[in-house]
Amino acid sequence: MAITLSDTDRQMLAGDRGEAARLAMSILVRMAEVLEADEMMDVTQAHIDGCGLLSDAGLEFAETLAAKGGKVVIPTTLNMGPLDLRNWRQFGVDEDFAAKAIRQGKAYTDMGCIPTWTCAPYQGYLTPRFAQQIAWGESNAIVYANSVLGARTNRYGDYIDICAALTGRVPRCGLHIKANRKGQMLLRLIDFEPALLRDDVFYPVFGYLVGLLAEDKIPVIEGIPATVTGDQLKAFCASAASSGAVALFHAVGVTPEANTLEEAFQGGRAEKAVEIRPADWRAALAELSTADQDAKLDLVVLGCPHYSFAEFRKLTELIRAAGPAKLHPGVELIVITSGSSYALVERTGWLDELTAFGVRITLDTCVFHTPIVHPRTKVVMTDSGKCAYYCPGELNVRVALASTGNCVRSAVEGRVRREDA
Amino acid sequence: MARILKGRPVVPGSARGEALVLSEPLCFWGGYDVATGRIINPRHEQAGQIAAGRILLFPRGKGSSTGSAILLESIKGGTAPAGIINMRTDPIAAVGAIVADELYHRSLPIVVLPEESFRSIGQGDHLLIEPDGTVTVNPD
Repeated sequence: MAITLSDTDRQMLAGDRGEAARLAMSILVRMAEVLEADEMMDVTQAHIDGCGLLSDAGLEFAETLAAKGGKVVIPTTLNMGPLDLRNWRQFGVDEDFAAKAIRQGKAYTDMGCIPTWTCAPYQGYLTPRFAQQIAWGESNAIVYANSVLGARTNRYGDYIDICAALTGRVPRCGLHIKANRKGQMLLRLIDFEPALLRDDVFYPVFGYLVGLLAEDKIPVIEGIPATVTGDQLKAFCASAASSGAVALFHAVGVTPEANTLEEAFQGGRAEKAVEIRPADWRAALAELSTADQDAKLDLVVLGCPHYSFAEFRKLTELIRAAGPAKLHPGVELIVITSGSSYALVERTGWLDELTAFGVRITLDTCVFHTPIVHPRTKVVMTDSGKCAYYCPGELNVRVALASTGNCVRSAVEGRVRREDA
Repeated sequence: MARILKGRPVVPGSARGEALVLSEPLCFWGGYDVATGRIINPRHEQAGQIAAGRILLFPRGKGSSTGSAILLESIKGGTAPAGIINMRTDPIAAVGAIVADELYHRSLPIVVLPEESFRSIGQGDHLLIEPDGTVTVNPD
């Protein structure tokens, strides 16, 4: 199957714009064949996920492109990296690991990538606009950009992201095309108490459930209140993209391509309709949590995706409410965030309170990519569905998902207070 | 007796090996251990099984975009599956395989089979994958 290439595509493929662009274009054209796209198209912004995992192959790929003189041709942000560039020593990260991580990051910034170092780039700088054609990696950000912002990206895996950034081109297919963004299945929330739908803890669990139900289809959801917050949708996106392969969802009356049910389906019909009831939500909550009630707690992780300013405010209020109690000895509480959120938090008085309680904040990174979780850690709590989902496999721990409030309560008591206890 | 199944060659190539059939979608990141070539997501029904050197079947991909990085690293390290067969194209696995080919001239074939053909392959079947997407089950 022959793909139609523009003159610029051909020039890049011939090496006229340098070796890095040639290699990038070669990979992109092969992906176009995989995805059965007829032609390439422009994207005007990229977000790199490939800078996250520190691996020999990943480092080699990045350094190869940088050494070949690769320079991004569109504004390109970076996902969280394998290192808290500011604080890694305080977290006991190995020097050799840090040196390699710094090299990997430098390869990307040498290519002109912007050092945002966050998995929530939609809550920092360069937020894409509605219908903007972008090439984003990072599963949670892909869902958020497509669904909440109405920008257009496919589910790009690591390394195709930098190829798109170096060329400004991607295969024209999938969610870049409006007609492919129509809803495919209908999910209706039935019999939920409004109070639960306003509660932050609803969203990471609901996202996990939707990921399992929708798989890689486009779900249209009826029943999410119009007052849902950006952070709640962030948690939902992160979970749905972990338990499933969701890249786009529509929430009627909430997301920009779904003012009405009909708009969400673009006039078409749902392939299937599923009702979700509170018992389904409770079952999902139970599935996500593998740690027992009252288990000795070792670590609380907050900030997957990176905590926002608003989430820091909520955490500070919870810690004040717990006062004068502090973090239980033997329990660690780590909050992961972006430099941009942290910079705002620094302007408040909260850091002193958080530190006095025992909170440790790490920037620009991810507990799954940077070695800051102590090997003796056995039991983790989190308010993140994504974190809960990956903890057992990635960290070899038992995990409980609970509201931020219950995470703080558990951190004070030193024992797991399950959400469903 | 040999059976011949026609598939779409997502990443063309040849491979031969024993089938490891996963009943659920797979995310390589958090699901595949680069060091041992095992399926490690404890939520997965086939957790603990060795996929390295086998033909790995999973219906489709899911989860983290870092999956391609894990697949690339396992191809580099020699702990990757010998080949992959899906029911639906996994763009994340495909990128990993394509980049491995470009960087190391070493990769693995990925084939998409129609559902009925995919489900006809049993655990432990011997499989031969060919560059045109043909999958022969229990070749003579």
